[in-house]
Amino acid sequence: MEKKIRVLVAKPGLDGHDRGAKVIARALRDAGFEVIYTGLRQTPEQIAEAALQEDVNVVAMSILSGAHPHLFPKVVELVREKGLTDALIIGGGVIPEGDIPALKEAGVAEVFTPGTNTADVVEFIKNNVKL
Amino acid sequence: MDIAKELLAGNRLALSKAITAIENEYEEATDIMRQLYPHTGHAYVLGITGPPGAGKSTMTEKVAKAYRDQGKTVGIIAVDPTSPFTGGAILGDRIRMNSLTLDEGVFIRSMGTRGSLGGLSHKTADAVKALDAFGKDIIIVETVGVGQSEVDIVKAADTTVVVLIPGMGDDIQAIKAGILEIGDLFTVNKSDLDGADKLVKEINMMLDLDSLMTDWRPPISKVVASRGEGIDLLLADVEKHRSYIEGNGELNRRRTKRAKDELLDILSAGIEKRIKEKTEGRMDGFVESLKKRETDPYSLVSDLMGEMLK
Repeated sequence: MEKKIRVLVAKPGLDGHDRGAKVIARALRDAGFEVIYTGLRQTPEQIAEAALQEDVNVVAMSILSGAHPHLFPKVVELVREKGLTDALIIGGGVIPEGDIPALKEAGVAEVFTPGTNTADVVEFIKNNVKL
Repeated sequence: MDIAKELLAGNRLALSKAITAIENEYEEATDIMRQLYPHTGHAYVLGITGPPGAGKSTMTEKVAKAYRDQGKTVGIIAVDPTSPFTGGAILGDRIRMNSLTLDEGVFIRSMGTRGSLGGLSHKTADAVKALDAFGKDIIIVETVGVGQSEVDIVKAADTTVVVLIPGMGDDIQAIKAGILEIGDLFTVNKSDLDGADKLVKEINMMLDLDSLMTDWRPPISKVVASRGEGIDLLLADVEKHRSYIEGNGELNRRRTKRAKDELLDILSAGIEKRIKEKTEGRMDGFVESLKKRETDPYSLVSDLMGEMLK
C-alpha cells in the first residue's frame, strides 16, 4: 500500500479561532492526506504527544493570538524530543513578516500567512515531507 | 529501531511506528506481527458503535477515564471514514479525548477506513494486537459513525456497545436489521433530551421481539456522556456482560471464531498476492483471449490454479 501522508492539525495556545485550521484541514483531506484534527487550546505537550501517538509526518499549527514566538519553537522542541526526528513542522496564522526568520531558525519549516492559497500548502508538504 | 522489541519493552514511539507499519502494509509488518502475536490475548476489547453524532468519542473518553480510575491501562483505536474520492480523511475523534492525551496509561490512535466498508479499517484488528502486546488492559475500538450494516465491530470486540440517541426518527424499525442486532448492551446517550425514555422503550420492545435472544438480554443504560453521567452504569453493564461471557464459554467461542476468521483472512490475502505475482504482465493477454472467445474464464482459472498450486 502507498505511504499515506498523515498530518496533525493543531491549535496551540488560547485563541479560539479555528476557521483557518479547519479550511487547511479540509484542503489537506482533499489532497488525499489523513488529517488528525485535535481541536482548540492545545498545549505544546499535548500536540507533541498526539504527534507521537499518531505517528504523523507533518505537524501543522495555526495561531492567531500572537503567541507564536513562544509556542511554535516549543512544539518543535518537544516533537523532536519525542523522537519524531523527520516530522515536517509548519505554522500559519497572523504572523508578522519580521517574526518568520526566527521561527524558521527554530525549526519551523515554513510559515503561511493570511491570503495563502491552500494549494501552496499542499504543494509545500508534498515537496518536503519525509515518508 | 527494532520495532517489535522496543514495543514489548514499553516504547510508545515503537508502538506508534508498529501501527504505521501495519496500516501501510510495510514489508516489516509481517515480521513485527509475528513477534507480537505470542504476547497478545490479554486485553479485553470493548467496541463502541453507533450513528454519527451519537457521542461515541465523548463516551470513549469517559469510559477510558473510568477504567484509568480503576488503575487499568487503556488503548483506543478511533476509526473515521476515508474519502472514497480522494483517499483523504479527517480523523477528528481525538478532539473529544484531549483530556487523555497526557495520561501515559492511555494510547490513542486514529485510523481512516481506507476503503473498508464495515465500520472499521482492514488493519484495525492488527492495530488492536499491537496495543494488546504493548500491555494495555482494556482496548476500546470506536467505529465510524454507522448506519445500518457496518457490523465488523462484532468480529473485533469482546463486548459491543451500541450508542443511540433520542430524536433520530420516531420509529426504531428503520435501523432494526443492522447495528441493533449486534449490541451486547445498549446505551442511550444525551438522555437529558426529550425522547430518551421513549427510545429506551423502543429498544426494549425490539428486544422483546427478538426470537434469537439467548439468556443474555442486552441491558440499556441512560447516559449523558458530556457530563459523565451514567458512565458508571454503562461500565457496570460491561462488567456484567464480561463475566457472563467468561462464565458460559461465549468469550472463548468468540475468540476462537476470531482466530479462525483471521487465519482465513491472512491466508486469502497471501493467496491473492501470489495470484497477482503469478499473473503479472499476463492479465491483458488473458483478457484479450477472453474477448476473442479463444478461451473461457472457467478453463483459464482451472489452468492457472493448477499452475499456482504446483
